[in-house]
Amino acid sequence: MNVIETKNLTKKFERLVAVNRLNLKIEEGEIFGLLGPNGAGKTTTLSMLATLIPPTEGSARVNGFDVKSEASQVRHSIGFVFQDPSSDDMLTGRENLYLHALMYGVDMRQINKKMDEVLRLVDLTSRQHERMKRYSGGMRRRLELARGLLHEPKVLFLDEPTLGLDPQTREHLWGYIKKLSTEKRITIIITTHYMEEADKLCNRLAIIDHGKVVALDTPANLKKVLGGDVVRLKIAKPNIAAIKKLKYVKKIKQMDRFLVLTVNDAGKHLQEMLMRVGEVKSVESHSPTLNDVFLHYTGSEIRSEEGEGGYFARFMHSGNR
Amino acid sequence: MGELNGLYAIWYREFKIFTRERSRLVSALVQPLIWLVIFGSGLGSSIELGTAGSGIGYQQFIFPGILVMTILFGSLFFGLYIIMDKRVDFLKEVLVAPLSRTTIFFGKVLGGATDGTIEIIILMMLGALLFGINFTIYSAIMTLAIVALLMVSIVSLGLIFGSMMDSLEGFGLVSSFVIFPLFFLSGGLFPVKNLPSWLYGFVVINPVSYAVDALRTVILGVSAFGLPLDFAVLIGFALVMIAIGTWSFKRMKL
Repeated sequence: MNVIETKNLTKKFERLVAVNRLNLKIEEGEIFGLLGPNGAGKTTTLSMLATLIPPTEGSARVNGFDVKSEASQVRHSIGFVFQDPSSDDMLTGRENLYLHALMYGVDMRQINKKMDEVLRLVDLTSRQHERMKRYSGGMRRRLELARGLLHEPKVLFLDEPTLGLDPQTREHLWGYIKKLSTEKRITIIITTHYMEEADKLCNRLAIIDHGKVVALDTPANLKKVLGGDVVRLKIAKPNIAAIKKLKYVKKIKQMDRFLVLTVNDAGKHLQEMLMRVGEVKSVESHSPTLNDVFLHYTGSEIRSEEGEGGYFARFMHSGNR
Repeated sequence: MGELNGLYAIWYREFKIFTRERSRLVSALVQPLIWLVIFGSGLGSSIELGTAGSGIGYQQFIFPGILVMTILFGSLFFGLYIIMDKRVDFLKEVLVAPLSRTTIFFGKVLGGATDGTIEIIILMMLGALLFGINFTIYSAIMTLAIVALLMVSIVSLGLIFGSMMDSLEGFGLVSSFVIFPLFFLSGGLFPVKNLPSWLYGFVVINPVSYAVDALRTVILGVSAFGLPLDFAVLIGFALVMIAIGTWSFKRMKL
């Protein structure tokens, strides 16, 4: 069964087309990733699916409900973890959960039990009575993750869940997200511009650029498309003709002063290639990553590892309430 | 049921914050006390109110006005603080919840009115203890009723401004162009009879004047407009503010 189905979903902001005729089918129980650079339309897509903003054209169904005509049912059946902090600093972790449970109409007799359960799931039981201004960025995300689960949604949307977190915390959080997916059996839709995150976490992912899906498959299959290892050469005057003659070189791409080759069994053939291509400043060879896949489909690299606006920058300026 | 729980949730949050931010309560109480003690006795020593023999001195005369001032500052800024919710994504979390915008609006108004009422009760006790204000059960209850009506209107006004603003820079403008004119033109600090007619005109069209007059009537027994008119204006003002407030909440963008 498809938990999410979009038909030509489109969002225009004045003259900018943020999401362009998007067609997605997301199945129950998967961790589905939307991968793309900042401004590719990931958050806009998520916002439309969560009924936060209306689509300009096209339609989408979430849990069988139409996002335009059945917004309220959609909202009841989804959880959303925002890119920016969205909990109250002055309240404790548990109080923030309590507020959420009340707003989503969780059965009063079950609220305490459910709060205990989600707190345990994200290992925050011991810190639940502390005010959230004393939480670290990672703890805050975990609490917001737990909060998104309180009303037992069928689908959980995570918008850049690890943006601005250090690598260790990030990996830690992936563990929690995987745990949610297996223990709660809910469908998780995640946006990210971190290749590694998409690779490790997602069952399937859609690579999005300029509001369009350019590729959609499992991470392993996406990488297979490249059909070989990636060799990156820094070179001023490449002898392309000579390289083209080599049978094991599948693809040649020239970018600035770099030559990017897709090569069968690169380790074995590196020597020969280097001899033919000309004077090389540096060389790098690796098995394909999602970054290479992205490059392959879009011709540009993901502008990776930079936060948009900065989770913490915004947090710091927000001041105290 | 769901909407009622949601209303309680919004109120609960505001009340929790109120109990934790003691500094807000302290500053809300210190300002009126400074006015009453310094301004009240300073100006009171050289002012002729025409109330000789009635036992009403200048401090007592401005006491209702000072209650109104406390509400104006406290409630309006309470409403404006929704800008802070916008800056972190807390407001988004609330607006995504399956609650109607009207419920969210009323939850905020109730939260602000609760905070304000607690401040006013403390001021009333201080007034009785330190400034010679005699409250009866009737006048105390009536005072709270008038105060509640005004607070609902002013919190709504703050929320209306807050829903339209994106940054805190506008706070100063609201102080200068809303709070001070509303307060100084309310007759809170002077009797409204004998005013030059242009000034009297401003006082009459200012809804806050009727709150001052109503409070003065029930606390001191001095009336300019009469209690029925006072209540009619206050109820009308509250209804209009609520109507505009719920409307502006509905069209507020994330």
